[in-house]
Amino acid sequence: MVNLPSEQITINLGPQHPSTHGVFRLRVTLDGEVITDVEPIFGYLHRGTEKLAEERTYTQIVTLTDRLDYTSSMINNQAYVLAVEKLAGVTVPPRGQYLRVLTAELQRIASHLMGVGFFLQDLGASGTPLMYCFRERERILDLFEMLCGARVTVSYMRPGGVFQEPPPEFWPAVRHLLDTTPDAIAELERLISENEIVLARTKGVGVLTKEKAIDSAVSGPNLRASGVAWDLRKADPYDVYADMDFAVPVGSNGDSYDRFLVRVMEVHQSIRIAEQCYRDMPGGPVRSELPFFFRPPPGDAYAHVEASKGELGFYLVSDGGIAPYRCKIRSPSFINLTVLAEMLIGWKVADLMVIFGSLDVNMGEVDR
Amino acid sequence: MESPFDRNGLFSGLYGFFADLTPESFAWLAYLLAGVVVVFIVINGVMLLTAFETYMERRVLGRFQTRLGPNRVGPFGLLQPFADVFKLLIKEDLRPAMADRLTFFLAPVLMVAAILLVAAVVPFGPNTFLADLNIGVLFIVGIPTIATVAMFLGGWGSGNRFALLGAARAVAMLISYEVPMIVSLAGVLLLAGSMSLVDVVEAQRLPFIVLQPLGFFVFLVAASAEMNRSPFDLMEAESELTAGFHTEFSGIRFGLLQLAEFGELVIISAVLAVIFVSGWQNPFVSPDYAQWLPGQLWFLLKLVFFLLLFTWIRATLPRMRVDQVMAFAWKALFPLAIINTLVTAVLVVAWPEPEYGQLWIMAAINWAVAIACLVLFSRFLERHRERPTASVQLVEIPAEAS
Amino acid sequence: MPYGLGIAKGMMVTLRNLVRKPVTVQYPEQRVAQHHRFRGEDFVWYEERCTGCASCAKYCPQGIIKIVTAPSGEMTQEGEKYKLEVFDIEIARCMFCGLCVEACPYDALHMGSGFERARPRQSDLVITVDELKASAKKPSTWFRPQLQDRGYDPFQPGDDVSWQDAGREKSVAPTYEEMLQRWVQGR
Repeated sequence: MVNLPSEQITINLGPQHPSTHGVFRLRVTLDGEVITDVEPIFGYLHRGTEKLAEERTYTQIVTLTDRLDYTSSMINNQAYVLAVEKLAGVTVPPRGQYLRVLTAELQRIASHLMGVGFFLQDLGASGTPLMYCFRERERILDLFEMLCGARVTVSYMRPGGVFQEPPPEFWPAVRHLLDTTPDAIAELERLISENEIVLARTKGVGVLTKEKAIDSAVSGPNLRASGVAWDLRKADPYDVYADMDFAVPVGSNGDSYDRFLVRVMEVHQSIRIAEQCYRDMPGGPVRSELPFFFRPPPGDAYAHVEASKGELGFYLVSDGGIAPYRCKIRSPSFINLTVLAEMLIGWKVADLMVIFGSLDVNMGEVDR
Repeated sequence: MESPFDRNGLFSGLYGFFADLTPESFAWLAYLLAGVVVVFIVINGVMLLTAFETYMERRVLGRFQTRLGPNRVGPFGLLQPFADVFKLLIKEDLRPAMADRLTFFLAPVLMVAAILLVAAVVPFGPNTFLADLNIGVLFIVGIPTIATVAMFLGGWGSGNRFALLGAARAVAMLISYEVPMIVSLAGVLLLAGSMSLVDVVEAQRLPFIVLQPLGFFVFLVAASAEMNRSPFDLMEAESELTAGFHTEFSGIRFGLLQLAEFGELVIISAVLAVIFVSGWQNPFVSPDYAQWLPGQLWFLLKLVFFLLLFTWIRATLPRMRVDQVMAFAWKALFPLAIINTLVTAVLVVAWPEPEYGQLWIMAAINWAVAIACLVLFSRFLERHRERPTASVQLVEIPAEAS
Repeated sequence: MPYGLGIAKGMMVTLRNLVRKPVTVQYPEQRVAQHHRFRGEDFVWYEERCTGCASCAKYCPQGIIKIVTAPSGEMTQEGEKYKLEVFDIEIARCMFCGLCVEACPYDALHMGSGFERARPRQSDLVITVDELKASAKKPSTWFRPQLQDRGYDPFQPGDDVSWQDAGREKSVAPTYEEMLQRWVQGR
């Protein structure tokens, strides 16, 4: 037996790499195929959202929140306007609240579809599941276009409600979407969730233990996949979630497969919530009128929502001016990303992308 | 006894044509000219088929994904491959500063050469082939190994770590898959009694896919690994290694690598058609009956069928991990190929000269063995006993009072 | 699920999708229907309605609207009207949030429906006042319920919306069946 000398190599995955979900860099030290060290480097997408928010009026900041996690703009809008409403003590008419919950759940479906699609793309499926996910996502974006004229950067919500009554043709379109989406998701599940290769690639890969997840403040589907039944829609209901009847999917192993499956099952629950919103949609105004330049009383407020990636919180401090004195964003992707390096060590290069993809982080939100 | 030369109608016809034109003492010239013409036809035929395959794959993959696929250049986008080649030709040819000049230059050339060499022994129809080598089967599994060397040269010579990892994967994997690939063909050779591909076709009174289901399965899987098709495309896994061993190649070098890759797909599909579904013969009736269609057309239909099959597999399956791929080769495919060979050997000893009816009995036995083996092996390799989706459960949480 | 049946199920799903109608379209020739609320470029601006109050410029989060006015002496029904010397929208930095349109108290500025304003130079991406005056008057119905309730659709052939019609007034909404036909089945 000859002992051949071998050395570790360092490779840079990103910032330009086919599957880094945005501009993200991982400096990976490899021993053959096995990862021995990981150094995540981010900040390539930093746009200074928090600082910009200090120079915008409360309404104008809504447009900035669209661009945090650009796959779930509606939920970002919702988190922000909830914080402003808490700060200014504004109440929202019930129709506005229902519309917010409806659109947030539709956005959650779209975001989860994108997360699942890219996760499967990272597994090496040549774009097919991704296309199927995007096909369904597009139909939701069509609805958003109807609602507010934009598909991704929606800027739909305003402090005090939503910007406007949806157009009348929105309702038949929602009905149609709610009727057809479950079949499409079922098709996706048939394609993927019992595929032996997917199982071999994801079962037991990248396990995030319950303790580690809680210690690192991981939230959202990643936390639930680790076996913690924690959902802000249940734990601290906002808008009209307290009236909604839905269950929370909770995993048991905390591996990549559970994270994937939790997302797929959450899509079904989101459809359930959206159905209830559609059914119970009250009449009345959608927005309690606030002036464009309004001045909340000095003070601070923190509001958090269960975004598609986890707990999204906005902490606003007002000094009584037209713009917040400070706007701190607790972005779920950033905090979920902190566990990545530890999860990767010991796995192979091929698993790197699977684990990274299964965390479903969005760089727009990480770097802000 | 007829010589292989006599069986090669295309070649001997051309030879006769040129022999008439040239004086008696220049027979070698006629031989050379006939050879050059046939080589020209075969190489261009394979190239055209490859070009068509890239177009077809992109269109069909698009339709699998409910997209349109390329449809701009020419009618239905048929000229797309030519547009691609033209684009690659006029692109700048970049060579990284750290690249090894010789290997970087050699890799694409060697790879294309290896693939085109294999085309020499593939019978595209009755009397339509370049050479009827009496070790044809050995040739078609041996020569593509040069492509592995080329991949390693390209990956190592690029001076890029992604490429190096891809190259290392390529070597490790392709060597592993050579073994089951060759062993899976042993059953066919036992039945045919010859290594010449023409003989193999003519020995198929019943297509060997019926007689050798296990051999077909192992060969199909090993071949898709051999030509790095999904789900075994790990040496150019775009989501991990950017593009694997051809990360640094650009322009026409990249074009050559792509040509080699798709050319290999065409050749392997042709080999599958020849060895397992009776080449140019009508696979639905015994060769003693009417053939319905010209042999070349039958061959082309089968070729397209296999190309579509590979596209379908690519459209559906995600990629396996490198250790799983290796484990699959040694723990599943290799034993399956051995079992197949053993069973076939016993059957061949039992019926050295089988009747048509006995062939069906052999087929039934082989199918029973194949299904039993697949069930046993998937049980053996199965790691999860319960339903995989059971790991996530819906939990009803009461909503807190706000 | 053992025995490779999961893979077989997946293969059947892709096979079924093979015979489905593609969801993508041949873009420049065919287009996906846009909704009339689409927020796009080529802002529609009515000089007659605009008083030069510069609300839009103040509301713009990016600060890309540049307005220079001069007293004109003309009067509109709601106040003094200024003469607009400069009304530049630097569309390269526009994010189409529509806050300027939301802000306009006189319904003078409307979103457009285009999305194809690609130019080689960033400096070309400025909509000047002359361009605004000359542009087709096919406003988007974003934040303009008065246009939407009339059944107006910028993608339907028909006359441009005149400045008298662009204001806030009531009309008849389409029926449920019409909406289903137009926006669900037709899409």
